[in-house]
Amino acid sequence: MNNLIVYCEIENGIVADVSLELLTKGRSLADKLGCQLEALVIGSELSGVEKQIFPYGADRIYLADDKRLAPYTSLPHTSILIGLFKEIKPQICLMGATCIGRDLGPRVSSALHSGLTADCTSLEIGPHTDNKSGKTYENLLYQIRPAFGGNIVATIVNPDCRPQMATVREGVMKREIYNPDHTGEIVNLDVNKYVKDEDFVVSIIDREIAKSKINIKGAPVVVAGGYGVGSKENFNLLYDLAAVLGGEVGASRAAVDAGYTEHERQIGQTGVTVRPKLYIACGISGQIQHIAGMQESSIIISVNTDPDAPINAIADYVITGSVEEVLPKLIKYYKKNSK
Amino acid sequence: MALKIVVLAKQVPDTRNVGKDAMKEDGTVNRAALPAIFNPEDLNALEQALQLKDKNPGTTITLLTMGPPRAADIIREGLYRGADGGVLLTDRAFAGADTLATSYALSCAVKKIGDADIIISGRQAIDGDTAQVGPQVAEKLGIPQVTYAEKIVSVEGNEIVIVRRLEHGTETVKAKLPLLITVNGSADECRPRNTKMLQRNKYAKTPSEKASLTDTSLYEKRAYLNLGEWSAADVDADLSQTGLAGSPTKVKQVENVVFQAKESKRLTSADEDIDELMKELITNHTIG
Repeated sequence: MNNLIVYCEIENGIVADVSLELLTKGRSLADKLGCQLEALVIGSELSGVEKQIFPYGADRIYLADDKRLAPYTSLPHTSILIGLFKEIKPQICLMGATCIGRDLGPRVSSALHSGLTADCTSLEIGPHTDNKSGKTYENLLYQIRPAFGGNIVATIVNPDCRPQMATVREGVMKREIYNPDHTGEIVNLDVNKYVKDEDFVVSIIDREIAKSKINIKGAPVVVAGGYGVGSKENFNLLYDLAAVLGGEVGASRAAVDAGYTEHERQIGQTGVTVRPKLYIACGISGQIQHIAGMQESSIIISVNTDPDAPINAIADYVITGSVEEVLPKLIKYYKKNSK
Repeated sequence: MALKIVVLAKQVPDTRNVGKDAMKEDGTVNRAALPAIFNPEDLNALEQALQLKDKNPGTTITLLTMGPPRAADIIREGLYRGADGGVLLTDRAFAGADTLATSYALSCAVKKIGDADIIISGRQAIDGDTAQVGPQVAEKLGIPQVTYAEKIVSVEGNEIVIVRRLEHGTETVKAKLPLLITVNGSADECRPRNTKMLQRNKYAKTPSEKASLTDTSLYEKRAYLNLGEWSAADVDADLSQTGLAGSPTKVKQVENVVFQAKESKRLTSADEDIDELMKELITNHTIG
């Protein structure tokens, strides 16, 4: 009872990276709280899935296995979470801030009247005192996220309602095997106890899911462009540099919103989080939502016409100049020196 | 088939231009200090509603928004683009609401509007990016939801077919009405203002806006110029579920962001500087 549970997403028998990252984070939070780490997997043909999950430190896995439960639809999964949570009363529930987590989380939080914080960039455990009532709370989940255009970082707590729910984007938390031989209990749920026939009112008639061709997360070098790149054409300079350095092109939200490049390349709180060896920020001013997604890069170069751009504060190298002027020179001198 | 559609829309601060007075001491947003705009994805939602109206004569679109009195601006904006009417949900009791308390208030108002076939909104608002209000309203109304919608393909009888835009592809789903839909920014852009609609509706006002007028005869003659304005009591909201009191999440702390500044090397775009930089990065195996 009162444990920490991670809703694990699964596609074609593979547990999503974001779910494994949350299990890693969940394990360390559960240790601080002195509670157990649980995982919930809902889908079809789930036998063996525990082998992917136990090494990340789960003490118990709940399985809801029924052919009607995959692919994901909102209502059946919601019903299982609501029903199960009423029984096991978790204190914390974590899920990926994915199309699934962002569809499921709010519906569950509404039904249980529990607070939910989206797109957290950090999760911690700590005390809280309510200013009005003076009431104190121990061991609350601090749900930390940039807010309001990235100008502030807010710490959100849910003092009175359970579970405390939070979603986190893929790549934000680190994924680490806890113990390859770790094992725990498997609980098979009786699906019909939780799900009603009416829950299947929305049916999927077609699905076209492609493997993503863009792999910014794993790239050793990321050349990222912001609004300051100025145009879609100028973005070609970034592709050229990335190709030469064996990297990928990323972008700030402003650049994506301006149509300079595709959404899949967005780096930051509402995009992908990256930790490359080298991050070259081109014409990016450095809103905190962007910085949240790249600050752990080993080396950061900022190319900006503004010598006081906020991102320069966290850069190892600041090149004051325009993208049009500097990028061709980076290519030229890389080629010259790498020979 | 004539449909009854409610569009949920939000007036949002333009978060691209935020000053120092943007936050209040209690950690909530000081909306008065910021330029206000129609939330972009809510415009995508309005367009989907308007397309349904084009194809299904007799369809009515009601725009529902919760906010301070000046949020009536986005109802008028909706009318200029083809919505039929609008309601402003406004009350001090709603102030400081998190997504759950917001959804509760909106769901009360949707119930009062009554018999909606489709409730449609943007996927998320740019001031919070949570994408929570849509699904939470659906849950409170006890109806299904289809999120991340990109295109409403067809409505026949009470059956609707929708294409959703997911991370790595699309999914086509079939659902039954009534239904709540949230629309992705990749959906069709909203049509511009229609000049005729603008002329027809530019004097549309809420009761509070009319209060300062000496001559209200226009509003007696033209009923469509009267925008709805509802308080918590008007929608029978339980005050323990609205505003700060009804919000399970509390803002513990807000911090202005201070970056852990590094010792940066400052370079110019001169050839010698770039040459030196590349030598250094290759020597220390960052690249190469």
